[in-house]
Amino acid sequence: MKGLTQIFTVSAMNLRNLPQRLGSSSVAVFGVACVVGVFIGVLSMASGFQRTMISAGSPDTAILMRSGATSEMSSGLGFEEIQIVSQLPQVRRENGEPVTSAELYVIVDIPKRSTNTSANVPLRGVEDGAFEVRDGIEIIEGRRFETGRNELIVGRGAQQQFAGLDVGNTIQFGQMEWDVVGVFADKGGLSESELWTDVRVLQSAYRRGNSFQSLRVKLASEDALEALQAEVASNPQLDMDVHRETDYLSDQAEPLSKFIKGVGYPLAVLMALGAVFGAINTMYASVSARTREIATLRAIGFGAFPVAFSTLLESLILALIGGVIGSLVVYLIFNGYTVSTINGASFSQVVFDFAVTGDLLVQGIVAAVFIGLIGGFFPAVRAARLPVATALRET
Amino acid sequence: MKYFYFIWKNLGRKKLRTWLTIMSIVVAFILFGALGSLSAAFTQGAEIAGADRLVTIHKVSLIQSLPYSYVNRVRNTEGVEAVTFASWFGGYYQDPKNQFAQFAVDAESYFDIYSDLLSLPEEQMESWQNNRIGAVIGTALAQRFGWEVGDRVPVTSMFPQEDGNRTWEFEIEGIFSAEASGADSGSMVFHYEYFDEARQWDKGTVGWLMIKVADPQNAGEVADRIDAMFANSPAETKTSTEKAFMESFMKQFGDIGTITGLILGAVFFTMLLVTANTMAQAVRERIPEMAILKTLGFTDRSVLVMILAEAVLMALIGGLIGLGLAWLMIGAAASQVGAFLPGFAMPTDVWVQGLIAIVVLGLLSGAIPALQGMRLNIVTALGRR
Repeated sequence: MKGLTQIFTVSAMNLRNLPQRLGSSSVAVFGVACVVGVFIGVLSMASGFQRTMISAGSPDTAILMRSGATSEMSSGLGFEEIQIVSQLPQVRRENGEPVTSAELYVIVDIPKRSTNTSANVPLRGVEDGAFEVRDGIEIIEGRRFETGRNELIVGRGAQQQFAGLDVGNTIQFGQMEWDVVGVFADKGGLSESELWTDVRVLQSAYRRGNSFQSLRVKLASEDALEALQAEVASNPQLDMDVHRETDYLSDQAEPLSKFIKGVGYPLAVLMALGAVFGAINTMYASVSARTREIATLRAIGFGAFPVAFSTLLESLILALIGGVIGSLVVYLIFNGYTVSTINGASFSQVVFDFAVTGDLLVQGIVAAVFIGLIGGFFPAVRAARLPVATALRET
Repeated sequence: MKYFYFIWKNLGRKKLRTWLTIMSIVVAFILFGALGSLSAAFTQGAEIAGADRLVTIHKVSLIQSLPYSYVNRVRNTEGVEAVTFASWFGGYYQDPKNQFAQFAVDAESYFDIYSDLLSLPEEQMESWQNNRIGAVIGTALAQRFGWEVGDRVPVTSMFPQEDGNRTWEFEIEGIFSAEASGADSGSMVFHYEYFDEARQWDKGTVGWLMIKVADPQNAGEVADRIDAMFANSPAETKTSTEKAFMESFMKQFGDIGTITGLILGAVFFTMLLVTANTMAQAVRERIPEMAILKTLGFTDRSVLVMILAEAVLMALIGGLIGLGLAWLMIGAAASQVGAFLPGFAMPTDVWVQGLIAIVVLGLLSGAIPALQGMRLNIVTALGRR
């Protein structure tokens, strides 16, 4: 019991004296804040990208492309193949009609709003079924495009990032003019980076005859995928790969998320190392500033452990303050900050928000705690070992 | 200089503290070197772009092809010295995960126009031209898959042949090397005739044109002339200098420069504070000593310079170790990522900027303590003891 009281007394005294060491303490706080800020900032970019890529995918949707195609860009399907697949029993039917959408995927060059430099914006031709296959689509402004007309609806993210996509505008790609008639949302998913139009109109605009690039189908049930894969593989008329939509999307997201994390984690570790050195320095300074105080405490009967503990606690609290400041600043500045980048897999732009998730905040605080503990450990040992007699004589 | 030993001894007075500070500086400059090189690797495509080269693409987007007839029409345009073209092949080797870039090109004119960036031995060029299904590959690609001259390699493309087969056979006839750092040696090029005759669709088209202008001063006018020629046709063009084309493509990745700049700013500021804090502590401890120095006849200025020199020296030790480590790390990473990020190395620019940053860091962190030292009043300082 006496030990606890001692720990409490010494720690409280130490913390009350913190303002006297404001200069060097704020260096430690600031260092930790920077580390935690950069750490969370970089990872929130990776998690935001990942969330956009996969959130709108659904496990009971399958996407079919030509076998070996690595993305819709490099795929191509004929009308007959589409017909055959649509009639398979593994495809869900509503009111007697299969729930499918055969789609074309091309790229148009539209300037970015922020930099006015050109960007590869995906333009997708869809069938009416697209709105049933993707059940999260919601028109948030204007209306849907009309079949057979040069009309576009634009994703929420695309409208925000790229110039001239407001409802009522007319934009020109080559010789053709398109009217923007609506804006849609898709639960924050990848489609929100795209422009959509009627697939038939797009086929004639791009002289694609009666060919498509991908076919999305709603599965009769989630576990009908294997049966559909087997069926497609056994039919010699079909040269296609069947992927679950969620798997396909996470494959597409993988290279870029890996890159961001591959840069982000080593960066965070290195920075944390720098912050640890800074923190150790600050804590040694704190111990040497309190040399006489500590020696006096020891002389009047306080134990070595409470003194060491108080130093460790001081370091921990400084690091925690830094961690909280760092996370808060990043959260306020970056959460929901919208950027766009090119995704190598589909050669087109993806618009996404930084996502500072609770998970990342916890990781950031944990990192701060580690920095605090490591930074405080050796100085705490020194504080405990101070030779009382000589220390009392120090200036 | 004669005080160097004295400054050095002062640094060693509290060895642990000095080392901890130096380690933080080391970390800061490892990051400086690594991030600076990464950002340079992303922008250097634009830096090695020839001032006399233009790129013509389809106006709607890069993925749409242009009629083959454009090649000759552009060749006959005033101000154009040479033209070559390429088509995207979109293939992989054996497994879809093994993606790399392949282009169908015109052998002679392609290597002529890029003679400042790519070089292919004369005899390999000859044997390549005599082999319809021959291809030449870059050194990084050769290393990646272990291919050698004479190998027969299958590449599966997004373009089917007339019989529907999408796997094309090539014979490696040569290996070209990059002449400039950052030139692409991770790709494969092969004959356009082989490709165009055998492919199922999009026959008679090319992906994009590369143009060499007679006089780089007129590059803008020539570009306008080319675009005007195809205006209001079904395939309108967009012609820009190679540099502008590369830059706009790199911008598509988003603003990598800004992000690395922000991170470096945060790191640098933190390290500045850490170093400044150390220096302030060091000076505070030495107040009586400095008073004695001044009593002995050292001027205010020499005290100021000595403290500044100490701070700069510390920054220099840490900074150079950091940059050196970054250089070693990048050297080790370069061979891993060579195929994706050609020319990933630490450019001279980063060294120079690093050295400037070291000196600035040293001076800034030493400034306040040095001023304190200079303004020190002998009587009060000695009295503090």
